[in-house]
Amino acid sequence: MKYVLLFGGTMEPEERDQNPAMAAAYERINQWFDEYGRKGKIVGGHELKGPHTATTVRFNDGKPMVVDGPFIEAKEVIGGYAEVEVADLDEALEIAKTWPGQTSVEVRPIVEH
Amino acid sequence: MVRMIGNFDIAEEVVQDSLLAALETWPVQGVPANPAAWLMTTARRRAIDLLRRDQRYAEKVALLERSFMPNDPPEADDRLRLIFTCCHPALAQEAQVALTLRAVAGFTTQEIAAAFLISETTMAQRIVRAKRKIVEANIPYRVPEGDQLVPRVDAVLAVLYLMFNEGYLSRGNQPGMRRDLAEDALWLGRLLARLLPDQAEVLGLLVLMQLNLARSRARFDASGEIVLLADQDRSLWDQAAIADGIDLLHRAATMHSTGAYQIQAAIAAVHAEAHTWVETDWEQIVLLYDALLRISDTPVIRLNRAVALSHITGPQAALGEVNDLAISLGGYHLFHATRAELLDDLGEVTLAREARLKALELCQNPAERSLLQRKLRQVGG
Repeated sequence: MKYVLLFGGTMEPEERDQNPAMAAAYERINQWFDEYGRKGKIVGGHELKGPHTATTVRFNDGKPMVVDGPFIEAKEVIGGYAEVEVADLDEALEIAKTWPGQTSVEVRPIVEH
Repeated sequence: MVRMIGNFDIAEEVVQDSLLAALETWPVQGVPANPAAWLMTTARRRAIDLLRRDQRYAEKVALLERSFMPNDPPEADDRLRLIFTCCHPALAQEAQVALTLRAVAGFTTQEIAAAFLISETTMAQRIVRAKRKIVEANIPYRVPEGDQLVPRVDAVLAVLYLMFNEGYLSRGNQPGMRRDLAEDALWLGRLLARLLPDQAEVLGLLVLMQLNLARSRARFDASGEIVLLADQDRSLWDQAAIADGIDLLHRAATMHSTGAYQIQAAIAAVHAEAHTWVETDWEQIVLLYDALLRISDTPVIRLNRAVALSHITGPQAALGEVNDLAISLGGYHLFHATRAELLDDLGEVTLAREARLKALELCQNPAERSLLQRKLRQVGG
């Protein structure tokens, strides 16, 4: 069964290059992706550019309208995601609990057609 | 089933109920390994519920409960899996409680809604939503293993304790005590203790519930008024249940895995062992509260410790400790009720009355309200 782990993030990817502590954190995150990738658990995923780069398409009466900004109006933004292939929610949660990014992780099953 | 219960009406009703439960459960959790055994277990459980309400069948209840006792591995495993699925942390705790009552304890949606003072529609939606999440997010139907087990057991115990407290002294506008809910929590606690015999905290919670229920005949007088521990007729306490509970607590202690439930059970045991109120070993109770604070430092535990302390140091020192909790417990009726008691002891009639009026304003349980009103009249304020 496939789940998507959505990682919370507030830092712009550009900022981390200027912050040596963050560089170490990102190194741990890369290792984490590599490790679960090798085990075949993570089958896709990316870090996303910051919310200032987001554009949202809204539908008003079926008419698409392009607006600036992310569609979730919240302090926390989605900083990246990973797609995992696991047996059940417990296994997905076990992976999420090892996330080294120190941000929240939302676990959502994907719809399989 | 009919042969076992000896009452066709009840047998028919429980078999129908069990089939309904199966229709509800199996599409969600999958057909159990042994469907016939599952149906029989559910039917027997339901029969006990129905028979319990009928004194004439008291003996048969005992017979049915005995038929649960042998180690029945396939059914037992199913029940345990069901409990862990219902109490999965991916479900909101209120949904965990509702599902456990529905699927494991066999309550109807209507009964659960009444217990938690919400409409039947809201409760039905809550249960449906939880079941849907189990299916769609693929919450596994199994007992967690390894180092996942203990935190998951904690979640199950939290649900049982919530259920017990709701029954033991309900928060809402209900009779003082709804025995069914508390006794069902005790029943589930026994079941869990039998299924997980080496978990010390499971025993701890079981003993805590058992010792509290052992006093239940003395807790209310004939007109339903609360009788305080100090005034209870201790000859009404169930001494067999107390002795059994204390034995269990000793067994838990040999597992060398102390926890908050075992300590609270030990406090209940100290009270249970005192033949009279004045013989209560307050020094030991304060020490136990100190141990509890080291595990979980909460204002409510501090309040209870201060009450125990007042019996050693007198009301003045205890009142100082209680007053320190004003910010965190200002909205809790027992904070004000405790202050009122201590102020009474100090002869501060006016302040005691103010505190008691504040407690009354915050308290919803009718039996507790009645107790506060009685006190207000007694003190003559």
